[in-house]
Amino acid sequence: MSSVVLLARPGELRAVLGAGRADALDALVAGVVADPGTLCRVFPTAARRTARGDLPGGGRIEDAVRVELVAAAASVLSPDALVQDLGLLYHHGDADERRAVLLGLSALDDTDVDGSSILLDALRTNDIRLVTAAMGRHARTLGLHDWRHGVLKCLFVGAPLDQVADLAERADDELGAMVRRYVVERQAAGRTVPDDARLVLRLTDPTSSRKG
Amino acid sequence: MRIFDPHIHMTSRTTDDYERMYDAGVRALVEPAFWLGQPRTNVGSFTDYFDALIGWERFRAAQFGIAHHCTIALNPKEANDPRCAGVLDVLPRYLAKDGVVAVGEIGFDSMTAEEEKAFVRQLELAVEFELPAMVHTPHRDKEGGTRRTLELVEASGLAPHRVVVDHLNEMTVGQVAESGCWMGFSIYPDTKMDEHRMVRILEERGLDRVLVNSAADWGRSDPLKTASTGQAMLAAGFSEDDVDRVLWRNPLEFFGQSGRLLLDEPGEDPGTVPGGPPTFEGNSILRGGR
Repeated sequence: MSSVVLLARPGELRAVLGAGRADALDALVAGVVADPGTLCRVFPTAARRTARGDLPGGGRIEDAVRVELVAAAASVLSPDALVQDLGLLYHHGDADERRAVLLGLSALDDTDVDGSSILLDALRTNDIRLVTAAMGRHARTLGLHDWRHGVLKCLFVGAPLDQVADLAERADDELGAMVRRYVVERQAAGRTVPDDARLVLRLTDPTSSRKG
Repeated sequence: MRIFDPHIHMTSRTTDDYERMYDAGVRALVEPAFWLGQPRTNVGSFTDYFDALIGWERFRAAQFGIAHHCTIALNPKEANDPRCAGVLDVLPRYLAKDGVVAVGEIGFDSMTAEEEKAFVRQLELAVEFELPAMVHTPHRDKEGGTRRTLELVEASGLAPHRVVVDHLNEMTVGQVAESGCWMGFSIYPDTKMDEHRMVRILEERGLDRVLVNSAADWGRSDPLKTASTGQAMLAAGFSEDDVDRVLWRNPLEFFGQSGRLLLDEPGEDPGTVPGGPPTFEGNSILRGGR
């Protein structure tokens, strides 16, 4: 595994949880490392056994907790076994669990892990929280066609593009053309054009500085 | 007036309903898994439905500032189809979820052996998963069905205060009151109960262990019947605190026993946020066009 970027630093998350709940999280993580087969049982109950709510630095406590559990499983499973288990977690999960699987994939940043089929399922939903989570760092496993449609889907459902990983690097002429057509359609209907659409147009305009 | 509708089938309702409910004071609800009008013929149809209850419908409600919870079960009507019996085997997966606040709707429809078997098994699951149970009483032979329901609940070992027996009327409320179970009343435009009969029952029996719901679904029903019952209570001389107790604190107390409610700050008055809060449970709420 190349690197893991958790949603919250372990120490900070445990400080937010407080002693008793931090101990519960440590026990959950240790249990998953000892037997990754327990992940499917503890994943639904993880928020109840620790906490739900906002993290001081942004994001949600229950997401950060579940992403640590995904990282724990990733530390002992092969990439293929991990993707298989995460697929089951996702397909058997409620919306919160599904979001955590998507965030977990992006946290891992392991080039041997390919969870693109899970991302594509999330991008077929209209749940903004799932669409947003699907376009994190792991979206680099998506081919350009699917990734462009992911960006366009974000514009359609109102998922913020500042959550899309590698936007400036991957935005290309074809994405620019798709977004221009989207803007024309909005204008023809007398509807407002989201700022995020203008951002993509700037990024893909050959006459402007892409990184500016 | 803040309202927690403890029984409403939002899958069958439109976003117009969500808007009207929010405007009327509804901030939280429970959607029990039930029959969809068209009988299902396989387990997969149920799991897709359950997935919607813990996924899409929860998101849809959040867009309108309403916290969505559900109950999960094989309903009595479809328990009679052997092709659906396998639903009992997938229930544990769902009963472990946050926001799943009871096993339900369970109970009787036509009082068959198959219904009783599914009912008993699901009462066992409620004990195993430490969840309350929501019990549907039949449309036909309601008194007999309610009597047998209470016998099975008692035999299950599930504490009466963790059971709501729903769709009660003047004929069935007495035996449920004596049992110690919670009493659920569905206020309908034509059938079941209406607001004024409900008020009379509250006047006669008090506010303890009473849940008032709209049970709105795909049939003739009205998702604002909770609010109109609150109005009828005020017109009859009940206080605003009485209304708050019946329409908010009672459902919070009953379903709070699950430990699975998704209200970040239960009890806080969300009615003070005009036009819908910009965020709810930390998630963006988008009202209308994007």
